[in-house]
Amino acid sequence: MKENIRLSFQGIWSHKMRSFLTMLGIIIGIASIITIVSTIRGTNEQIKQNLIGAGNNAVVVQVYQNDYAMEFQWTQIPEGIKPIDEKMRNHLANIEGAADASLFTSRNYLDGVYYKKTAFNGELYGIDSHYLDIYGYELSYGRGFTDADYERMTKCVLLDQRAASTIFSGANPIGEVLEIRGEPFTVIGVVAMNSSFQPTIESMQDYWMYAETTSGKIFMTNAAWPTVYKYDEPYSVAIQAKTTDDMAKVSQKAGELLTANLIPEELRMSSQISYKGRNLMEDAQQLQQITNSTSQQLIWIASISLLVGGIGVMNIMLVSVTERTREIGLKKAIGARRSRILGQFLTEASVLTTIGGLLGVLAGIIMARLISQFMGIPTAVSVPSIILATAFSMVIGLVFGLLPAVKASKLNPIEALRRE
Amino acid sequence: MLVELKKICKDYPQGKEMLRVLNEVDLSVEEGEYLAIMGPSGSGKTTLMNVLGFLDLQTSGDYLLNGVSYVEASDNDLAKVRNEEIGFVFQNYYLLPKMSARDNVALPLLYAGVPKKERLARADEALKSVGLEGFEHALPSTLSGGMCQRVAIARAMIAKPKLLLADEPTGALDTVSGSQIMDIFDELNAEGTTIIMITHEPAIAKRAKKTMYIRDGILTAERKEEEEL
Ligand SMILES: Nc1ncnc2c1ncn2[C@@H]1O[C@H](COP(=O)(O)OP(=O)(O)O)[C@@H](O)[C@H]1O
Ligand SMILES: [Mg+2]
Repeated sequence: MKENIRLSFQGIWSHKMRSFLTMLGIIIGIASIITIVSTIRGTNEQIKQNLIGAGNNAVVVQVYQNDYAMEFQWTQIPEGIKPIDEKMRNHLANIEGAADASLFTSRNYLDGVYYKKTAFNGELYGIDSHYLDIYGYELSYGRGFTDADYERMTKCVLLDQRAASTIFSGANPIGEVLEIRGEPFTVIGVVAMNSSFQPTIESMQDYWMYAETTSGKIFMTNAAWPTVYKYDEPYSVAIQAKTTDDMAKVSQKAGELLTANLIPEELRMSSQISYKGRNLMEDAQQLQQITNSTSQQLIWIASISLLVGGIGVMNIMLVSVTERTREIGLKKAIGARRSRILGQFLTEASVLTTIGGLLGVLAGIIMARLISQFMGIPTAVSVPSIILATAFSMVIGLVFGLLPAVKASKLNPIEALRRE
Repeated sequence: MLVELKKICKDYPQGKEMLRVLNEVDLSVEEGEYLAIMGPSGSGKTTLMNVLGFLDLQTSGDYLLNGVSYVEASDNDLAKVRNEEIGFVFQNYYLLPKMSARDNVALPLLYAGVPKKERLARADEALKSVGLEGFEHALPSTLSGGMCQRVAIARAMIAKPKLLLADEPTGALDTVSGSQIMDIFDELNAEGTTIIMITHEPAIAKRAKKTMYIRDGILTAERKEEEEL
């Protein structure tokens, strides 16, 4: 075997040009596949990181009716849902793969929030003490919520930077009073997302639809929430997973746990009410699907190159068998078994295609680098795909080398020796 | 009896008919014999060699080597017999051009599964015995015809077969190189190797202990008169 491999290298080296041209189809095919796979992986990885994980790996679990999240601004709160207490929150934060959990309420379409007669139409949140940490907010100036604020249901709010700039356009908001559904709320601080938590979406157009287009967020304590909104509104839960990959699992688990413990059976059955995680992974997967399906077509095209390459290998191996008829005949005459001749030619074919595959992998990696450098498309070369590509090119050699090798092994020694 | 041919016939298809190349050949060769077979071109000499060397199968008749018939033997069994029991020397040497003399000589041992170290040591020894010490690493293309044929003899004898088949071993050589080859054959025969050699040249045939003649596929002990001309 070792001897066969050595001889194969010798044979390939002695016909450098011919071997290279034969390998070309394999090189091009493998290089294209590596490039395409790297580009898909890179793009998908970016989608996953920026879109779903966005640095904080938080996923919202809330009350759903069928497949729609219930907006309590518009719909009635179903009777019988038990509230989430601190014990349950703790329980959620300790689900395998979860890092933390926060209880909050929110409004997306505001109508009753004014600053000096000017309406604010951003988002409003009633949050517990875990929320800001989970989403990576840090205090820019002013003060944050204290335990006292929660206990006394103090009417105070924090603004995010965007809300601060849309409402106060540069002026100091601390101490100013906002009117929320008729109640005065004092601005006590401004928070900003830690830069590492901010999505770094730049190049891909697809990402724009995920960019924030609201006029900002206002946070009050979830304790003060009932002073302006309904007192029995079920909390939504923001669960932070340890890794992006854990998000789906954790949110599903949380949804099951909350549904089983807090939503009465008849509500589940009759009205299809349950706690569910917003499946961000699904959103991202849909986006990834688009890249995947276009790439799959490209891979088909690349496979044709591999097929053509394989046929080229078969052709050149048949030529080689004819050229080496005498060698084969002599070897058989002095005692080489069929299997040895078969092995020799199969080895030669697969060494040829494996070298082609390795060169293709190399070319593919270089291509991927160039693409990410000059076209700004992210790429990620994966080790499994390299191994797979190399193994696959070896298999191509075995498959397309089989016919020539069988032909060689069946050669009749006298026929072979008679040919001068 | 080492070799025993009984009514061996060999037919080759020629157009729609069959051409009888060997016609009821009887031949017995004892161990230690040195037999030359002469005959005009196309008389069936090489075909006879191929049958004797299990490179080709007779159409009818029996061939016993050491009392064993291989008519029903498998491809692999025949490869084994050729590898272990028979040494081949061809007119055109048939050395592998990209291999050194040593590697060429060692080839039969590779097929016999002998470990590399032993293979090479025995190859060097075999080269020495045909007077080619120092040419172990030479490629065939750098050697003269006589030297190539000596490499081929070393290869034929390395597995120590009982029977050496030589098809016009001096056919491509000048008389000096030819007689060197014959000296080696003499030595081998003296050491007990049975030799069956085909040749055109009476001078070469004379070096054998016994000569037989073949004509139109018929093997006889006596030369036909018209051939003496
Ligand atoms: N494989 C074959 N197919 C058809 N005819 C053959 C084959 N081998 C040999 N012959 C014919 O058999 C005859 C004897 O050939 P061969 O044994 O090579 O003769 P020699 O070696 O005595 O010159 C020739 O006429 C040759 O054409
Ligand atoms: Mg002949």
